[in-house]
Amino acid sequence: MWNWFHKLASPPHFYRISAKMIPWFAFPGAILIVYGAVSGLFVAPADYQQGDAFRIIYVHVPAAYLSMMAYMIMALSAAIGLIWRIKLAHAVAAAAAPLGAWFTFLALITGSIWGRPMWGTWWEWGDPRLTSELIMLFLYFGYMALRAAIDETVKADKASAVLALVGAVNIPIIHFSVEWWSSLHQGPTLVRAGGPAIETAMLYPLLAMIFGFTLVFGALILGRVRTEVLFRERLKHWVRVIVIPEGAGA
Amino acid sequence: MSELLAMGNYGPYVWSSFGLTLAVLVICAVQGRRRHVNVVNDIRTRIRALESE
Repeated sequence: MWNWFHKLASPPHFYRISAKMIPWFAFPGAILIVYGAVSGLFVAPADYQQGDAFRIIYVHVPAAYLSMMAYMIMALSAAIGLIWRIKLAHAVAAAAAPLGAWFTFLALITGSIWGRPMWGTWWEWGDPRLTSELIMLFLYFGYMALRAAIDETVKADKASAVLALVGAVNIPIIHFSVEWWSSLHQGPTLVRAGGPAIETAMLYPLLAMIFGFTLVFGALILGRVRTEVLFRERLKHWVRVIVIPEGAGA
Repeated sequence: MSELLAMGNYGPYVWSSFGLTLAVLVICAVQGRRRHVNVVNDIRTRIRALESE
């Protein structure tokens, strides 16, 4: 197991293996998303309270879940990179940030579009769920700005890792915000005591979307880690072999 | 058909949400791909510059 892990964490090995792994994430993920979107839009019955507007759940929930998942991957990888000085871990953290920022943006904007007809407002300042999710977007921006501001990769890794870890406090705040404070945002639907509070015809498309988004996210992050690895190892011979193919001449 | 697209008058909200989601997924993929190509080109240029010195 450890042997396998160490081998995977070696940059050239990772670069080779990850190229083969990406399609195994991307294609099943895309199929699940197509299935989830079609059945979520056209097969699942309309909600008795929210009508067809509830269908936004099928994109909002996966986006919101991944926005937090990406942060946890970023913070955890940053911690692993700091503690065990595994270069690949820092590459994963750096790769997670822009994706996390995009999914946070998506969660905020789809939530806002949902909020307009349901709550009568696009945005509510001071709402704990909305505000803590917005803070996470700024944490991602801060993380990326800090990395961009430091030329030396090792220093950028360390400084940004500390920022990622400090900001991780926000994750439980987002998650529990709807229980700790009163919020416009509805409470948990899936992960709650007593099981999911949703009809199966509505649930299956949602599970397909969540799983499909996760797989596509896996493909996206693998692709970005590969780019990071290549850049970090740019002076190594194995990168030269990949970048300048045999016979292309120098 | 138009009834399906109307989404009980929530059409604009539902379709813009799904459209934006598709857009973000495509942007994520394209942005990642473009960055990869740029990094490969930069490294190649640098290696060639070093080796032709």
